[in-house]
Amino acid sequence: MKKVYLDNAATTPVRKEVVEAMRPYFNRIYANPSSFHMAGKEASDAVQEARKTIAGIIGARPQEIYFCSGGTESDNMAILGAARFYKRSGNHIITTRIEHHAVLEPIHHLEFSEGFKGTYIGVGENGVVDPREIEKALTSNTILVSVMMANNEVGTIQPIAEIGKIILKWRKKNNTQFPLFHTDACQAAGALDIDVRKLHVDFLTLNGSKIYGPKGAGVLFVREGARIDPLLRGGAQERGLRPGTENVPAIVGLGRALELAQKEREKENARLIRLRDWFAGEILKKVPGTYLNGDSEKRLPNNVNISFLNCEGEALMLYLDAKGIFVSTGSACTSQTLDPSHVLLAMGLPPEAAHGSVRFTLGRETTRDDLKYVLRVLPEIVKKLRDISPTQFEYGKK
Amino acid sequence: MAKNNKPDLKKGEQSWLYSPEVKDHFYNPRNVMGDNEIKTYEADGVGEVGSPACGDVMRMWIKVDSKTRKIIDCKWRTFGCASAIAATSVLSEMAIGMTVDEAKKIKPEDITKKLQGLPKIKLHCSVLGDRALRAAIEDWESKNQ
Repeated sequence: MKKVYLDNAATTPVRKEVVEAMRPYFNRIYANPSSFHMAGKEASDAVQEARKTIAGIIGARPQEIYFCSGGTESDNMAILGAARFYKRSGNHIITTRIEHHAVLEPIHHLEFSEGFKGTYIGVGENGVVDPREIEKALTSNTILVSVMMANNEVGTIQPIAEIGKIILKWRKKNNTQFPLFHTDACQAAGALDIDVRKLHVDFLTLNGSKIYGPKGAGVLFVREGARIDPLLRGGAQERGLRPGTENVPAIVGLGRALELAQKEREKENARLIRLRDWFAGEILKKVPGTYLNGDSEKRLPNNVNISFLNCEGEALMLYLDAKGIFVSTGSACTSQTLDPSHVLLAMGLPPEAAHGSVRFTLGRETTRDDLKYVLRVLPEIVKKLRDISPTQFEYGKK
Repeated sequence: MAKNNKPDLKKGEQSWLYSPEVKDHFYNPRNVMGDNEIKTYEADGVGEVGSPACGDVMRMWIKVDSKTRKIIDCKWRTFGCASAIAATSVLSEMAIGMTVDEAKKIKPEDITKKLQGLPKIKLHCSVLGDRALRAAIEDWESKNQ
């Protein structure tokens, strides 16, 4: 059976060049980078090399790059770490309603257990945050703002640089170093220009598993002068902010993956945007009762998120699965909480449209032929599910 | 990885979450109310439960022999996930041939058992199924008693 993987926002395969770059560090250059001998030095050099590469790509200094286990840990390091370090300076955190759970849950925890107060900014129906809403929420108690660079579900790109400028202006006007500004750039990496100086961020989260690098590899950029309380206590690795023996192969792989993504970014973006717009357009044309979720312009080149009315997302996903097409859905039925996607609800979608949403995320290996195959089987699958549904929702708003 | 660098999932042709029985009913649902008959079907009782907000809506149509009180036909339509669809499908098979009094006693666990189990988080889907059938029976009763 033909297999079409359209879940690249969940994770990407590790590309060949990255596997090759990682290979020596499993059993040839395997020493502990902290060991004070030649073998250790060799491993340590590889880590520092990756640090330099990544710093160069995001416009940071090598000493501002901290390696950790992935996007979730990096988000937690920034949010819990900054909140705890600066808790005497204020207890207010601003974020958005469309963040990844790796950002929302640490903030919920800080609210629930550590005396902080969170403000959750909504988005327009296009899934984009209005920077003025962030500005309005700023108070003298605000120590941290966290806004994702691109959304993982609907792919919408957020105005990070604009928010960054607003925060700089606020700090200057009030003669304070607060709030600090964090962005989760896991979905943006590889597709957008991630330059921490242009974005005016103090913390930035990256990981390997969305950019054809290894899982279990993440980065937190911490601007010099910004401080965090470490989550873990132990050795002096990563200047004590992330103790534990470095995952050398993963770090090397992450560096290589980001380097390759950066090099191919423009060409690959252009290819993906062409495919994305054609594919989304064909679905909307071929299947009635479908709507594109999220802004059609301010979105990642690989994201197509569509609501199929009167067609439940998990059922649709599994019918596609049976045809070898792998996607994901914002339906309640695939979540552990039985609530539909918080992102789609924040955009104002009625629950029945959120339940029928499917996310197709294209990747390096996606071809027009793959998508043609999807377009061939999708309409009949939707029809079959609609034929067994008693509902007749209409959603005339769009 | 397969040679073509596409995912090579050993069981990729079937979803890992559900039992074979659930998959069978999900991919080949029985007794669905067809488009061609929905307008002409002379149901003796109709019941609907669920709400679009929670993502499950089930409707059941039954025909009842008023002498024997047996359910002689049962059709359904479901908006919902795989387990909701499978639960209604298997329930329609269970109900046909039962008396309404027997059918009213069908418990969610009976449906779950017929489906060889459901993931814990999906158990509520089977609950909805038996409620839809009971609503249809009550509709019939209200017209016949």
